[in-house]
Amino acid sequence: MIELKHISKTFNKGTVNEKRALSNLNLTIADGDFITVIGGNGAGKSTMLNALAGVFPVDCGTITIDGVNVTMEPEHKRAKYIGRVFQDPMKGTCAGMQIEENLSLAKRRGKTRGLGWQLKAEERVLYREQLATLGLGLETRLSDKVGLLSGGQRQAVTLLMATLQKPKLLLLDEHTAALDPATAAKVLKLTCEIVEENKLTSLMVTHNMRDAIAIGNRLIMMDNGRIIYDVAGEEKKRLTVEDLLHKFEEASGTEFANDRMMLGN
Amino acid sequence: MGSLQSGVAQGVLWGIMVLGVYITYKLLDIPDLTADGSFTLGGCVTTVAILAGIDPILATLMGLGAGFLAGAVTGILHTVFEIPAILAGILTQIGLWSVNLRIMGGKANNPLLKADSTISFFTDALGVTQSQASLLLGVLLVIAVILILYWFFGTEIGSALRATGDNEDMIRALGVNTGHTKLLALALSNALIGLSGAMVAQMQKYADINMGRGAIVIGLAAIVIGEVLLGRAKNFGVKLFSAILGSIVYFIIQALVLRFGMDANDMKLLSAIMVAVALAIPVAMRRYNTKKSYVEYDLYGAEAEQKTGGAEK
Ligand SMILES: Nc1ncnc2c1ncn2[C@@H]1O[C@H](COP(=O)(O)OP(=O)(O)OP(=O)(O)O)[C@@H](O)[C@H]1O
Ligand SMILES: [Mg+2]
Repeated sequence: MIELKHISKTFNKGTVNEKRALSNLNLTIADGDFITVIGGNGAGKSTMLNALAGVFPVDCGTITIDGVNVTMEPEHKRAKYIGRVFQDPMKGTCAGMQIEENLSLAKRRGKTRGLGWQLKAEERVLYREQLATLGLGLETRLSDKVGLLSGGQRQAVTLLMATLQKPKLLLLDEHTAALDPATAAKVLKLTCEIVEENKLTSLMVTHNMRDAIAIGNRLIMMDNGRIIYDVAGEEKKRLTVEDLLHKFEEASGTEFANDRMMLGN
Repeated sequence: MGSLQSGVAQGVLWGIMVLGVYITYKLLDIPDLTADGSFTLGGCVTTVAILAGIDPILATLMGLGAGFLAGAVTGILHTVFEIPAILAGILTQIGLWSVNLRIMGGKANNPLLKADSTISFFTDALGVTQSQASLLLGVLLVIAVILILYWFFGTEIGSALRATGDNEDMIRALGVNTGHTKLLALALSNALIGLSGAMVAQMQKYADINMGRGAIVIGLAAIVIGEVLLGRAKNFGVKLFSAILGSIVYFIIQALVLRFGMDANDMKLLSAIMVAVALAIPVAMRRYNTKKSYVEYDLYGAEAEQKTGGAEK
């Protein structure tokens, strides 16, 4: 179980650019939850994910993962619990390193690294198997540089890397937003398969309301650094895009504004 | 012939420094200016230790260790106190100037005279000249260093170092403290640079407060020359070797221009121009190519229009 209690974060405190990105945010994530996150531009979605990953320290509140208080742990220490896929396909992989090297770096997420050899023959077999499950033909290109792959392929590899070492929490921040629609759909399908198969606890930010409704068992809507709507189970399945827009207006008193938001007709 | 041979020997011994620069500049993408100071530091520490009666091999290792510490200082300034890498390197380098003078007891120059050195073992045992012995020992050392680096960068820690240079955010998200990897890279790099200074001092039989001046530019020039000669080799071992080759060619060029009567002091200008040109060429090429490939009308669009136009008829 993962808990965010009274989390607040203000950027550029005490300057004209002061921006309260999270304000007194509370969220309890049960094991196996697959939560989709929606909200307007600047609602604080990415900030919440970054706070969970430890990219920056929060101003107040506590973050616990399976009872361990990780609030003050830096990003690299928290890495042992968390797998991430970023919006930018360039961000999740080392372009100048081989596919198998990238995978082997991810295989050791959160482990102490020593002077043992990085690429082990028996692991290579595993990587080949795992790459084959992506269905992109990458299993024959183990020693290709990742820089040679397309954005969609890189994103699929990043997804595999994030889950190679089963994380307690998988963070996906608009990870299909930079891909063309067909590739995005493919990567999204892969995401669902991997999450389901490994029963991963996940948070997925998306700008597609249809996807947000269809995917996962729980949906949260954010506005102004808070969670304004939290719905799960049967009730979530029955939602429509119109319902969501209505909920948003009701809770925030404004119209839903997200220039990248797709209503998903 | 003699000057060419000593040019090659110098190239090999300085090549160890080029490998150090390669680690920071090429693998970690950190321009580290500590080099000028840590090279001299290696020479100073080793000559002073030898003159104090310490075994030359141990004295050489002390030069290496001193370089390691100098790199660690830059690393701490950069990673713990977040001082930009270039500035952190300059601070250490400037500070080292005073430290080096102190080590040599206030003298700008510390001659080894007739004292034994790692190189004199070879001249005595094999009855060869100073530059032949330096070359022989240099080649052995370079082979050892390349083998160790090849091994190290294939290990888990070494791979984390390479990944830090490639995509820092990514490897941090995979649980690596990138402050530590950068610190380690800077220390290792300067350890090699210190070792190189220690060997060069033993070859020329003295350490000098200015012996490392411009070392970083020599390092970059050698890397550039090596890349030109061996192209963009894929194998990591070949890449390391190309740095050594570049260093040898650099010192051969230096020996040749000196023989043609050029002032030794102008060599620094020549190498600075060489590096500047090598760094400028790719940028100029890119500009030229974008300009050349620009056309006012969209060829593809026009073609496509014609085709659909044809289809409609
Ligand atoms: N590192 C930062 N420094 C300063 N301000 C920041 C920083 N990161 C986020 N912010 C601000 O915090 C607010 C929340 O940003 P966040 O990126 O979390 O929004 P988001 O919900 O992910 O929006 P989007 O849909 O556009 O990605 C915004 O006003 C943003 O400008
Ligand atoms: Mg965002």
